[in-house]
Amino acid sequence: MIALGLDIGSVAAKGVLLDGERLFTCLSPTGWDPRSAGEALVAALLAEAGKCREEARVIVTGYGRVSFQGADRVVTEISCHAKGVAKLLPGTDTIVDIGGQDSKVIRISQSGKVIDFAMNDKCAAGTGRFLQVTAAALGLAVDELDNAEDRALEVEISSMCAVFAESEIIGLLASGVSKGGIIAGLHRSIGKRVATMARSLGVGGQIAFTGGVALNRGIQRALSEELGQPVQITEYCQFVGALGAAMLARTC
Amino acid sequence: MIKAQIEKFFNIRGENVIRLKEWKEQGGKVVGYYCTYFPQELVIAAGGVPVCLCGTREEPISAAEEVLPRNLCPLIKSSYGFAVTDKCPFFNFSDLIVGETTCDGKKKMFEYMSELKPVHVMQLPHMKESESSFELWVQEMRRLQARLEKELGGEILEEELWRAIDLVNRETAAAKGVCDLNQQEPPSLSGLDLLTVNWSRGFNNNKEETIRMLDELREALIGGGSVAAGKPRVLITGCPIGLGSEKVVTLVEEAGGTVVAFENCTGYKTLPLMTDTSYDDPIVALAHKYLQIPCSCMSPNEGRMKLLQAMVSDFNADAVIDLTWQACHTYNIESRAVAKMLKDAGVPFLHLESDYSTSDLARLGVRIQALLEMVEK
Repeated sequence: MIALGLDIGSVAAKGVLLDGERLFTCLSPTGWDPRSAGEALVAALLAEAGKCREEARVIVTGYGRVSFQGADRVVTEISCHAKGVAKLLPGTDTIVDIGGQDSKVIRISQSGKVIDFAMNDKCAAGTGRFLQVTAAALGLAVDELDNAEDRALEVEISSMCAVFAESEIIGLLASGVSKGGIIAGLHRSIGKRVATMARSLGVGGQIAFTGGVALNRGIQRALSEELGQPVQITEYCQFVGALGAAMLARTC
Repeated sequence: MIKAQIEKFFNIRGENVIRLKEWKEQGGKVVGYYCTYFPQELVIAAGGVPVCLCGTREEPISAAEEVLPRNLCPLIKSSYGFAVTDKCPFFNFSDLIVGETTCDGKKKMFEYMSELKPVHVMQLPHMKESESSFELWVQEMRRLQARLEKELGGEILEEELWRAIDLVNRETAAAKGVCDLNQQEPPSLSGLDLLTVNWSRGFNNNKEETIRMLDELREALIGGGSVAAGKPRVLITGCPIGLGSEKVVTLVEEAGGTVVAFENCTGYKTLPLMTDTSYDDPIVALAHKYLQIPCSCMSPNEGRMKLLQAMVSDFNADAVIDLTWQACHTYNIESRAVAKMLKDAGVPFLHLESDYSTSDLARLGVRIQALLEMVEK
């Protein structure tokens, strides 16, 4: 039996296939149809591993979990992240995950059980979406942000609302503030926001930083500074949820 | 059979519109209220009918927002919205509305509501431990008595008041009797059924009938309830919930859990409180009871912590959800203390902040499902 974990997020769909010691990963944009995005991942992973659908147990997570048909089980991304991080970064006490439309902090046990969690509330403050909107105002793609930041010229971005932050940035640009300084300010603002959420939950020992936004070194740095300790990153930071789902599929 | 009995509770609201219409045509008086601090015994003793008013649905909120700020609690907006759009028949029947200064939002909203109907606002003290608070509350009870005597015509006799106190005590005991059956595993009633029973009884003008219905339901449930065994048992605390704003209950039960009890004021909060009939003065007896309600508007509010602790244990709760309606500062702030107490005791806990709309169902759903996953073995 092989195990397949899918994490269908608001921006990217991630899949992990576990076959004994072999591990396959696949990532694609979710687009407007989370169900087809999930199906495409399953097909790609099975083809790569040379397996057929009947051999696989599938667990699906992420916001697209409800629309995907044919999963053996549906599990929340909170439980899946806990499981995945316990495997990838053993010794982790707290996970900070920043995805496309939400950010979350999860306290976990050493075996990967959720002890407590918090998620951002009603708006996009401190999420990938906030970065996307503000990057667009600067004429950049999200993955260009970290190379373009200039920490020496950091300015304060005070708006928490993505829409108001966009107009704040337009105002700053008009008054001649450098792009690099604005970007450093954006990274700081996300770091602060998420660190506050983490501290309200009570941060213990080792902190892991996961999700697509964890690829941004500027935010890694800002978050570490705001939390007062370095955050741990894994090269699989985008696949943590999918890996956790696949691990749960193995045991369910 | 149980389903039919729950439906009888559900139908109370509709049936009472007709009964109250007839009552009004015969010259009867109706007093509308919103909150459990309202001493309904005084209205009963005056020969009037106390009736709970609408304020738990989303529909009239947009109309309310023409007058009230958007960033206000949905309960206040809904209450005012029902009144101003004339969509609550009970508001329409009311000769007098009685409110309390439980929170700043309500207090100021009642000023606008008084443009629509005669409104009497009781000044509820917020530091109940002090002697001056108790004296004020007794005076406020007497001021309400005088107003009711004027509006309803006729003196409120002491013996009538004791009779009303006995009636409300018996209804409270009957309601508690039904709720307490959910201490068993499996619980007798789903959260939605429990909510239907507790919320609907406030609309009944005939309390003897309510008591009979509650006793019959209890009898029927002793033979076995309607909930499957083995589901994660969730206790809900926080702001009041009624039909129309039951989304968190629905989400818990759709995700495979069962709501065994509500600590909030539309649930169990007032049920352990009986008026002590050993006092000489019925007003003093009532003041003692009502001031004990452990609402977050009180400071400090240790009674809520004690009640929650007892309920988590009595109802064998696997997890607790604290639901705060948007902009309800007192419950929102108090949530930190509730979280600490429960987490220290090892009880999985989730704080949700929401409103009556359906816009956040997916976001609430993932949190609730994750909470239930924490409870799973």
